[in-house]
Amino acid sequence: MSSLEEPLGFDKLPSMNTIDRIQRFSVGACRPKADDMGMGNCWIDGRSCNTSNSCDEDHEEFTGETFPWRRHVRDVSEGEAFNPRATSLSKNRVKLGHVCKSRNWPDQQYSSKRNDRGIRDITNKLLKGIPKFVKIVEVGPRDGLQNEKNIVPTSVKVELIRRLVSSGLSVVEATSFVSPKWVPQLADAKDVMKAVCDLADARLPVLTPNLKVAGAKEVAVFASASESFSKSNINCSIEESLVRYRAVCVAAKEHSIPVRGYVSCVVGCPVEGAIPPSKVAFVAKELYNMGCFEISLGDTIGVGTPGTVVPMLEAVMAVVPAEKLAVHFHDTYGQSLSNILISLQMGISIVDSSVAGLGGCPYAKGASGNVATEDVVYMLNGLGVKTNIDLAKLMLAGDFISDHLGRQSGSKTAVALCRVTTESSKI
Amino acid sequence: MGSRAPKLLHGNGNRSPINKQSTSSAYHYSSNCNPTNQVLRNLPAYVNIVEVGPRDGLQNEKEIVPTAVKVQLIKMLVSSGLNVVEATSFVSPKWVPQLADAKDVMDAIRNVQGARFPVLTPNLKGFEAAISAGAKEVAIFASASESFSKSNINCSIEDSLARFTDVASAAKELSVPVRGYISCVVGCPVEGTVPPSKVAYVAKQLFDMGCSEISLGDTIGVGTPGTVIPMLENVMNVVPLDKLAVHFHDTYGQALSNILTSLQMGISTVDSSVSGLGGCPYAKGASGNVATEDVVYMLNGLGIQTNVDLEKLMLAGGFICKHLKRPPSSKTAVALSSKKANSKL
Repeated sequence: MSSLEEPLGFDKLPSMNTIDRIQRFSVGACRPKADDMGMGNCWIDGRSCNTSNSCDEDHEEFTGETFPWRRHVRDVSEGEAFNPRATSLSKNRVKLGHVCKSRNWPDQQYSSKRNDRGIRDITNKLLKGIPKFVKIVEVGPRDGLQNEKNIVPTSVKVELIRRLVSSGLSVVEATSFVSPKWVPQLADAKDVMKAVCDLADARLPVLTPNLKVAGAKEVAVFASASESFSKSNINCSIEESLVRYRAVCVAAKEHSIPVRGYVSCVVGCPVEGAIPPSKVAFVAKELYNMGCFEISLGDTIGVGTPGTVVPMLEAVMAVVPAEKLAVHFHDTYGQSLSNILISLQMGISIVDSSVAGLGGCPYAKGASGNVATEDVVYMLNGLGVKTNIDLAKLMLAGDFISDHLGRQSGSKTAVALCRVTTESSKI
Repeated sequence: MGSRAPKLLHGNGNRSPINKQSTSSAYHYSSNCNPTNQVLRNLPAYVNIVEVGPRDGLQNEKEIVPTAVKVQLIKMLVSSGLNVVEATSFVSPKWVPQLADAKDVMDAIRNVQGARFPVLTPNLKGFEAAISAGAKEVAIFASASESFSKSNINCSIEDSLARFTDVASAAKELSVPVRGYISCVVGCPVEGTVPPSKVAYVAKQLFDMGCSEISLGDTIGVGTPGTVIPMLENVMNVVPLDKLAVHFHDTYGQALSNILTSLQMGISTVDSSVSGLGGCPYAKGASGNVATEDVVYMLNGLGIQTNVDLEKLMLAGGFICKHLKRPPSSKTAVALSSKKANSKL
């Protein structure tokens, strides 16, 4: 809901610089008088245009922090967030941590009109299962970039990976050893791996559909819960792919290289439609049994909602321990954050995402694909879940690659905060 | 008037497992399991969507949208099944020139059946104008943030509540329902975090003065379940659950997860805007309202009834986006339109 009283949007304000905009939101800002339709005078309150900014005693508080967004940006970048576990859930008293400004507000005590315990039970259930720490697996450099039409230079890829690692991401999927015929974007896989081999702070897994594990310290294999998708995507049946991957796992084990398993189409397939949870559980279990240390469940076409995600997770969690599972949601229908939230509530603590939402959906032209890491981190910060990720640094990585690609970030958080920080930096 | 009491589901899964309201099963992946898992157990069986596109969505558009286009949009929204469509606003045209044609819009939709058309009225004069124009339901708006109240409507919260009490009294005399909006329920562009107790205070005031429904707005879209839950807890202590609606902005991409959380807490009325019309005035270029299509998609997937036909809703969205010459800000609409286009090849 927007302001109804003013022309909204900065571009409507004639020649206003940032400071003017800030003052506009502060009391005492200039207002024209009653309009000629006779409907406006009541909201003008008879206050004449006053630029002194001294007519309201509250103004002192505003000048202390000239641009309120600074507070917000500082908060999110330092990982300061409202932590529900720190709150007292007693009626009418909720501590918001340090960011809550105490105001001289009349102490409003209300007698309870409803069952407080009922509300508290619900909120306890909603928050109780959420893990204290979530590991984010960053797939931008591989899953994100592989669909880009224009070849991204190796140096740009390497710089992106470096920036991502410096934001605190502990796992960054660096590239893929698939045939350059299929994925020309990643033809420079070897060069990328060589250039990042000195990065000690993060794990850099590499996708490989077969035994080309040279130079990689960690590999990933890619199965499907949908037979049709398996055949169309990697040209073999699910069983055949599992046979292949067992060989990869054996070879990887001999070299003590961990293997991450991906399952695609875990809630829907572009060919088959809905996918039975039991199928997903079958493939996940196979990958787990062959030695994958982690299984990432992918909603490849982004059709999932909590209604389909929950039964899928229930089925998989019955056969694979929760701590071995990751979720990889696509935001094609805008559903990924709510799917991630429900997954956290079910006890999942590993989330795949892509900086700036890199990576479109190859099955719906123009539609989005990967969920943006910045949006995920924003939500996790708000939930008080630790990630060890610095959102500001992450945004720098996102800005870097978005600038190179010549388009706006696919992350709403990045766009919102970028606008805000752009404004604040003008002060 | 007002929303119907939400029916809570029980563990044996009274909710219809397969989405009944869609016309094309290819578009929907609905839950085919009994919702016995506790994370889905308390969801309402039905959610009422309050469509704010024609007012909240369009009011920020630079180019004036012709009355005929607004009216056609409203009609298409109603035909998709939406039963509450915020039609326009009786504020000064000097402030919101886009809605200067409020009276004409109300005239044109006078005989449209099947939906309620609340209109915004900031004060008694606006209320009177709305009533003479044929409005049968009005909306008022307060803020949980003192600073925002002062900067947005140039008066303190208390003064605004006094003003709205006049509107509410006048409305009561005419048996006209009043919807109360609260802005900045989790964050304010000036103050930052807003204490839940403040939101509860304003909510209670609006409820006591007779509002049939109170819409809690995350004006700048900064909320996450971590801040939404305590805010709702506080408000639910003082206002009955079935009188509450949530109005989340998607500026940070958080709207759907906030809506999901609200549903888990028992909220059963959600505000949204077709094709995500309505930007955020506080972060240029950033998005604002959550897209109705995306909300309906999620609710369909949860097996929650809305009586909204997603395809017809997309037609309405397509219509207005064509006029505005830009793609929808709804990922669902983009994805499904693309899918449809590809399937014709």
